[in-house]
Amino acid sequence: MKAGFLIALMEQGLQMFIVLLIAPAAVGITRTVKARFMRRQGPSILQPYRDLLKLCRKESVIAANASWLFRAAPYLIFALTWVAAALIPTYAAGLMFNWAADAIALVAILGAARALLALAGMDVGTSFGGIGSSREMMIATLAEPAMLLVVLTLSIAGGTTRLPEIATFFLDQPMVVRVSLALAFLAMVIVALAENARIPVDNPATHLELTMVHEAMVLEYSGRHLAMIEAAGQLRLVAYLSLIACLFIPFGMARADSSITALLVGLLVYLLKIVAGAVALGVWEVSIAKMRVFRVGEFLGVAFIFAFIAILLSFLTQELLG
Amino acid sequence: MNHAYDISHFLAGMMLVVSFALIYQDRLLALLRTFALQAIVLALAVAWQAYAQERPHLFITAALALGLKGIVIPYALGRMIAKLGIHRDVEQVVGVGLTMLFGLGLTALSLMMVLKATASASSLAREGLAISLAIILLGMLMMITRRNAVAQIIGFMSIENGLILGATGARGMPLVVEISVAFSVLIALFVFAVFVFRIRERFDTVDVEALDRVRGDRR
Repeated sequence: MKAGFLIALMEQGLQMFIVLLIAPAAVGITRTVKARFMRRQGPSILQPYRDLLKLCRKESVIAANASWLFRAAPYLIFALTWVAAALIPTYAAGLMFNWAADAIALVAILGAARALLALAGMDVGTSFGGIGSSREMMIATLAEPAMLLVVLTLSIAGGTTRLPEIATFFLDQPMVVRVSLALAFLAMVIVALAENARIPVDNPATHLELTMVHEAMVLEYSGRHLAMIEAAGQLRLVAYLSLIACLFIPFGMARADSSITALLVGLLVYLLKIVAGAVALGVWEVSIAKMRVFRVGEFLGVAFIFAFIAILLSFLTQELLG
Repeated sequence: MNHAYDISHFLAGMMLVVSFALIYQDRLLALLRTFALQAIVLALAVAWQAYAQERPHLFITAALALGLKGIVIPYALGRMIAKLGIHRDVEQVVGVGLTMLFGLGLTALSLMMVLKATASASSLAREGLAISLAIILLGMLMMITRRNAVAQIIGFMSIENGLILGATGARGMPLVVEISVAFSVLIALFVFAVFVFRIRERFDTVDVEALDRVRGDRR
């Protein structure tokens, strides 16, 4: 009993720390892929780790009129994002805290982190922070309903909103062509791009006043606070990649009560999935241009429409076959 | 059998998505290409039904859909757009976002209605009817919201795509009827073409809003 408890705790702990460990590497891989496509050498994949270390060592400059919120927000954002990333089933479905991995709770946790970031952006009172916060909230109001609809589409199919159970349900099913799942996947990818401030919505590599969204909010941060926010951004990317992998390509994931070999295979497959996702993101980012901020609404509207059609079609299938 | 359902569901769902793309698209040439895509998906769906239900005459319907609506009509409309010299944007009465929301509502409505009304029919027929009703309503929505005459023609043609999809899912539509429908659509295209060129000659635009001026008691 006690040994079993310890092993379960270790498995959950492994999941929590593996997302933390690979998060900077995922961003590093995306940057390297982009650099290679532009025929540049590009920094090493380990560069994001070094950046985080450097930021932690540097002095943190805080504006004189900053409130306690400004200082607390980076840690809270990091903690919330880490909780979200740790809850999403990555390499195994039957972990200890799986009862908490509810899709709607997950959306709420990520939403709370975003709300904190928007508040922190406005705290010092610079105009850029305000622009960034207002744009971020505009994107959020459009992306969150679409994401909830995607999750509900899968929940209708799986009969639960708990992520590990949905993943196991799709693992048990034979491979089928489901147009609703394909649409839900497209909608999810669009939402993930918007939420992670990736290229058609926001460019993570520039500080151009007219276009920046995410960077505008964190402009006032430096030192260890900036390190926390950067780490949270990397964790969020890994969280969304894991979520897509868990919901749409759960193959290779270890089930509940499986052997050590199954867990190892699950871990390896999960790492491969994240690497594939990071490479795909890099290829996607070099192939298209950034949108105007005011067209983002249309882009996310497409995600909403896709998710809604997906839910209608899955309802139709359910009525006809179920 | 389940396999047959999966693939027909996939193709019908794709047609629905393309219908939404038609409403979303506001450039005429791209609209035309989207319409051709819908016809090609329709041809695939009909061909799959022909194979799955073992009704070989449906292959003729599929070939008609592909040949007429996938190739001939888009080509003819493309010539028409080129001759009219209107490669510009399509004007719309209401914004795209609102139209899309209307479209979603219509789709939900038609699914609910058909599922309630046809409880005793086979699942293939119910599926086809539900999605084809949605496509028909979306085509009508497109005809209402667009003011450009060419875009309205495309809306009309997509209504016809929906009809064919519904007819192939349900048993009983004779081949003669299908062929005559296909050719009457072709005739309709000629009528539309003449009509559009006349509108253009008379009013110097293909915006049907201009026709309101003909009515004396406007506003």
